[in-house]
Amino acid sequence: MQATSTVLPHLKHAEHSEAPGGFWRTYVFSTDHKVIGIQYGLTALCFLLLGFFLILTMRWQIAHPGEPVPVVGWFLEKVLGSPASKGVMSPDLYNMFGAMHGTIMVFLAIVPLAVGAFGNYLIPLMIGANDMAFPRLNMMSYQLYFLGGVVMLASFLIPGGAAQAGWTSYSPLATVIPTDGQTFWLIGMILLITSSLLGSVNIITTIVQLRAPGMTWMRLPFFVWAQLVASFLLLLAFPPLEAAGILQLMDKVAGTSFFLPTGLAVGGATANISGGGSPLLWQHLFWFLAHPEVYVLILPALGIVAEILSNNIRKPLWGYRTMVYAVLTLGFLSFLVWAHHMYLTGMGTRISTFFQTTTIIISIPSVILLTCLLISLWGGSIRINTPMLFALAFLPMFGIGGLTGLPLGFAASDIQLHDTYYVIGHFHYVVAPGTIFALFAGIYYWFPKLTGRRMNEFWGRVHFWCSLLFMNAVFMPMFAQGFAGMLRRMSDGGLSYSTRVAPGVEGTLSDFILGLNNYILWAAVGLGLAQIPFIVNLFRSIWRGEPVRDDNPWQSTTLEWQTPTPPPHGNFLRPPSVHRWAYAYGPRADGTDYLPQSVPESALSGQATRS
Amino acid sequence: MEIAYTVQPRPDTGVYNAKLGMWLFLASEVMLFGGLFSAYVFLRMGAPPDTWPHGWLSVPLGTLNTLLLAASAVTTLLAWAACKARRFDRFKLHLGLTLILGTIFLGIKGYEYRDKWLHYEVQLKDGRIADGHLVRARTTAETVVLHGRYVADRRELLDGRRKHGPHEELVIPRDQIVRMQNYAPRHNTFMAIYFALTGLHGLHVLGGLVVFAYLWGPGSRLWHVDPEHFTNRVEVAGLFWHFVDLVWIFLFPVLYLT
Ligand code: HEM
Ligand SMILES: [Cu+2]
Repeated sequence: MQATSTVLPHLKHAEHSEAPGGFWRTYVFSTDHKVIGIQYGLTALCFLLLGFFLILTMRWQIAHPGEPVPVVGWFLEKVLGSPASKGVMSPDLYNMFGAMHGTIMVFLAIVPLAVGAFGNYLIPLMIGANDMAFPRLNMMSYQLYFLGGVVMLASFLIPGGAAQAGWTSYSPLATVIPTDGQTFWLIGMILLITSSLLGSVNIITTIVQLRAPGMTWMRLPFFVWAQLVASFLLLLAFPPLEAAGILQLMDKVAGTSFFLPTGLAVGGATANISGGGSPLLWQHLFWFLAHPEVYVLILPALGIVAEILSNNIRKPLWGYRTMVYAVLTLGFLSFLVWAHHMYLTGMGTRISTFFQTTTIIISIPSVILLTCLLISLWGGSIRINTPMLFALAFLPMFGIGGLTGLPLGFAASDIQLHDTYYVIGHFHYVVAPGTIFALFAGIYYWFPKLTGRRMNEFWGRVHFWCSLLFMNAVFMPMFAQGFAGMLRRMSDGGLSYSTRVAPGVEGTLSDFILGLNNYILWAAVGLGLAQIPFIVNLFRSIWRGEPVRDDNPWQSTTLEWQTPTPPPHGNFLRPPSVHRWAYAYGPRADGTDYLPQSVPESALSGQATRS
Repeated sequence: MEIAYTVQPRPDTGVYNAKLGMWLFLASEVMLFGGLFSAYVFLRMGAPPDTWPHGWLSVPLGTLNTLLLAASAVTTLLAWAACKARRFDRFKLHLGLTLILGTIFLGIKGYEYRDKWLHYEVQLKDGRIADGHLVRARTTAETVVLHGRYVADRRELLDGRRKHGPHEELVIPRDQIVRMQNYAPRHNTFMAIYFALTGLHGLHVLGGLVVFAYLWGPGSRLWHVDPEHFTNRVEVAGLFWHFVDLVWIFLFPVLYLT
């Protein structure tokens, strides 16, 4: 039953059979979905690191307002000039870093990693296709993404620096800041949005059209379903933001007033504009994208976790069908909840009521998904390894993130919590120890398919335990700070609201709450250090990792493991066909405990299998 | 390495890849224009009373453009049908007509834009407002010459549907001017959304024409190699063109007739 191993020796062969054209065509302007996936992955990991670096310097400023940033202060001053004079982070610079941290993390790091890298590399392999449906379009998506990233980075270096109005870019603030950072941000976003659109068209078409014979909808691995729904969200939610971006760009460069109200005063003087616009309109258009976007951040992660979990419990995923319907429902409902980010805008109680209702309804499919994964563990013969540890940790972390969302979903409690560190805690639990852990899990899990080698298990576990510890140390205290009323986006970390400044005043921040800032700073430093084993491990294992002896080192059922290692251009040696669902795990008469999707019924000696 | 279903439809889905891709792309386009239309509705509903203009655009020109696009939809369809019937000459003819119709559409649109660009509202020191088209040839460093009329209140300008007094040549000394502004996007929210919607639509028309020109010219070499593949390309480009027409069918009443 085991396919003959085609590990490594085949590597030379693959390079040989690669289309002629040498280095550039093979690695830079490649149309191979695997190369493009890796390009996305490496670029996105760099942005992830940069986004983390930005927030680390900000955390220093929050904990020690006005003190020069240690170690990198001189560098900031050298590159960015006056906003960082003497190595001190000015409030302007704090705003720039804040806005760009959010933008980079969401649009340049997590989504490109989750969809661009994992989606690109794995979807064609998992459905048994030889590439994406539109390979050249795929290459263009990556190039547009890269270009968008370059524009965003370049904005740091222009006079006045990068955008300063938060990743949400609320108008009028975003429009009236006199520097060009926001213009760069908008142009960058339009490039990124176009890239996402082309990418999602490609992914959906690939899944619908290029499934191998026998790969019916209900035999798709859950990962593919999750990517499909995420792509639909990108496809349909991003264009309204593109529209909003175009309008804000016109406000910025053509002097229109789409988002600028009549009588707007800037710096004490009435602005010379026609007025008549609506700030609320921006928020509606923005959140119409940005709420579905948060599901784009989480769905691929759920997909990754589902695959790794089922592989390591050695039994079928519990409630696969339910999960599929839940994820479809989730995708649909995510278009109907956006204004729960806007309870405090005065849009009216009737509208609030509608969005409170939909928000609570949408938590049902989320809970279903998590519950299915949790119940799957029951009675499994669980294998513990680094990918599995990250996947397991995802469950409670995502759980905390989701549950803390509920109080935000009700207007009554959100009025207290809106724009406080509680919200920061909420969504970081979902995205950081949630999605990012899932992405780590995925990297450790599929690394052998990409390279023919495993990543080091010991350092993987060091990476895991330290990350888990420090992630929680960073984000848990934020709930307390939020309850105490500490607002987000304050460059002095709340110092001006200290009880010391106004003794005896209700609602000021105690020394304990402010002291947490320093504690979070060092936890964040620890989190950064905890990534060193990962980075070293990642690169070292490419050449030095323990070679795998088999094309299918995790004894998995899904198709991507039925290819040579690494898969050549065109992926499969013989066109695969599919004979059962993706989760045929469990003890079998022949002593194995799994049955790959591609093994035909006729090759089995009359054993009962699920399909 | 061959990707499956680039030309032949997949039996169980009934489409070839590019067709599905185009439908998906059009779904996103619906959301794009949907976003802009909602912006229009939002801004118009939120506009204070007596600020939203009516009848500022030329209905005859708008109607003419509507007819042009409608005709081009028919010629596009005929071009595709000609491909299906393997009549290359007729394909060239019909797609050529489409190109001409689309170009005239853009020409008229450009004329309308220019008209707005030369249309000025001038606030005078004595409180009156002069409104009309700039007479470029006679405008000097000292005086601005408009062809238009004087009004006492901005609100009189809002309704362009009613006939108003005769237009005449207004000679305005520059030192009498408080503020002078043309009917560019910054003029007011209506002009802003008008330019945003029609501008984006115009870019789509231009994009469609570029693709058609390619299929008509250099791209038609594929016909002699793989007529079926070429026919698919015409079909997919045609789908896009029909969508662009459809958007105009919404734009016309929304902007010109209400
Ligand atoms: C399933 C239950 C969830 C509920 C009920 C929920 C609810 C909310 C609400 C009401 C807010 C607005 C809070 C405020 O600004 O006052 C919010 C913020 C946020 N949520 Fe969630 N959420 C849930 C899950 C998620 C998931 C899965 C993600 C992402 C992966 C996520 C990401 C975010 C982000 C990024 C923000 C903050 C946006 C900002 O203001 O910058 N949430 N959530
Ligand atoms: Cu939301």
